[in-house]
Amino acid sequence: MTEILGLYNYWIVIFLMMTGFYIVIARENLIKTIIGLNIFQTSVFLLYITMGKVTHGTAPILKASHGGESHGVEHGVEHGAEHGHELHAAAEGHVDLGVDAVKEVYSNPIPSVLMLTAIVVGIATTALALALVVRIREEYGTIEEDEILEMDRNS
Amino acid sequence: MMDFIVIPILALLAATAVTVARIRNLWAAVMFTGIYSFLSASWMLILDAPDVAFTEAAVGAGITTILMLATLSLTPRRQRKSGRLSSEDFEERPSKSPLLPLLIVTITGCALVYGTFDMPHFGDPNAPIQVYPNPSFVEKSQPDMHGLPNVVTAVLASYRGYDTLGETAVIFTAGIAVLLILRKNTDDQSSSESQSVTGENA
Amino acid sequence: MNSFPIIRVITKLLIPYILLFGLYVQFHGDFGPGGGFQAGVIFAAALILYGLVYGLPAVHKVAPPKVIEKLTALGLLVYAGTGLACMLLGGNFLDYDMLNHGFLTELPAALDFLPGDKPHHFLPEGQHLGIFLVELGVGITVTAVMTMIFYAFAGRERVTT
Repeated sequence: MTEILGLYNYWIVIFLMMTGFYIVIARENLIKTIIGLNIFQTSVFLLYITMGKVTHGTAPILKASHGGESHGVEHGVEHGAEHGHELHAAAEGHVDLGVDAVKEVYSNPIPSVLMLTAIVVGIATTALALALVVRIREEYGTIEEDEILEMDRNS
Repeated sequence: MMDFIVIPILALLAATAVTVARIRNLWAAVMFTGIYSFLSASWMLILDAPDVAFTEAAVGAGITTILMLATLSLTPRRQRKSGRLSSEDFEERPSKSPLLPLLIVTITGCALVYGTFDMPHFGDPNAPIQVYPNPSFVEKSQPDMHGLPNVVTAVLASYRGYDTLGETAVIFTAGIAVLLILRKNTDDQSSSESQSVTGENA
Repeated sequence: MNSFPIIRVITKLLIPYILLFGLYVQFHGDFGPGGGFQAGVIFAAALILYGLVYGLPAVHKVAPPKVIEKLTALGLLVYAGTGLACMLLGGNFLDYDMLNHGFLTELPAALDFLPGDKPHHFLPEGQHLGIFLVELGVGITVTAVMTMIFYAFAGRERVTT
């Protein structure tokens, strides 16, 4: 059972994504369509961010900065073959490598980086779409998709 | 413990998304989109991405909402004689039967869920994304960056500097494009009866 | 919004803190969560809030559209210029290690009387300086573009059909 439930994050994301998709295809109001695209877009951000999460991890902001004295450790007992985002901050040099050693697990920073830029680019493109909607309303007098198509056909 | 926070947030997220899909009034839909963005920012914070979370909170819940409201006030369904608009002017028309779109969405959703069975589990430290590249950026950044703690900034500005330059150029281009589309009648400030967005809401 | 004194007063109270938070996010982005994108958006949010409450002419006085338009390009130029400077110093494009200057990297002895922990570096150099400049460029562009988009929408008149 837990095998299957470990995928719940994808299902939530898929549900949100499909809601956005439904708004895009079912609604004919242009602003509503842009809202649908926005919901779709946010769910894609969530998809990436959930993939970067490591259980018991923390945000990828390193704790101690001692001029590059820290090094990665093979955290073999608990996480098997994980090479990933663990950092052993050897705060006191290499003296206390034993029990007291501070082991820190960090979530993956790469999805954060990708989504950070994507969000800001997303708002810029959304603004562009909204600007086009404003212009369409000025030219056609409506923002309903089928009425616009009707006018185009008749002209 | 964290589940008590995560589960309500996810439930609210789903409920908000469905409400946005069902509601006809566009003002309400825009406000719900803002709430949706804020809730997803909360989930991102729990998923250890504070940088993304507060970008999403500022952009999705703040600026997107304002821009959409500005667009709405410029695009009412009809213009009343008195010049004052009521919320009915921002109602969507009732749409046609939703059965076909629902069917398409359900089939696509089922196909995607089937696809997830091959995906690594949530939080799995052995997932490919966590194992490659090795050594990871977290390990590399400490010696490379001479002790700058925030790995996200380091990757964003240094390791992926070209990419970020491109993204900045995209934002710049989009800004210019919006300006070109919309800046027709901002030069003649003489028309005092103009109903600019801020003037109308005042 | 002349008829809502509470909103006007609260806005005036909030804006300095929003701007201060924006600056913190911008310049502390290498150490804590933050960076140019977030700071730019927060800064623009402060300007947009001012514009929403006090009207477009008021915010035009604070941030004239002409200046904002030039700032969009300036931010991108700062970013690309940092890359070019690295090239001119003999490295690759955006290779910040070339920006090592060796000037005042330690805290000057004259400032030893200051209380508290001494900073590790006095003037940032190398990677730190490069990231600082690049994030500054991103911050300027994002602030300016978001403000410019708001101006474009808010200055538009409703067309009656």
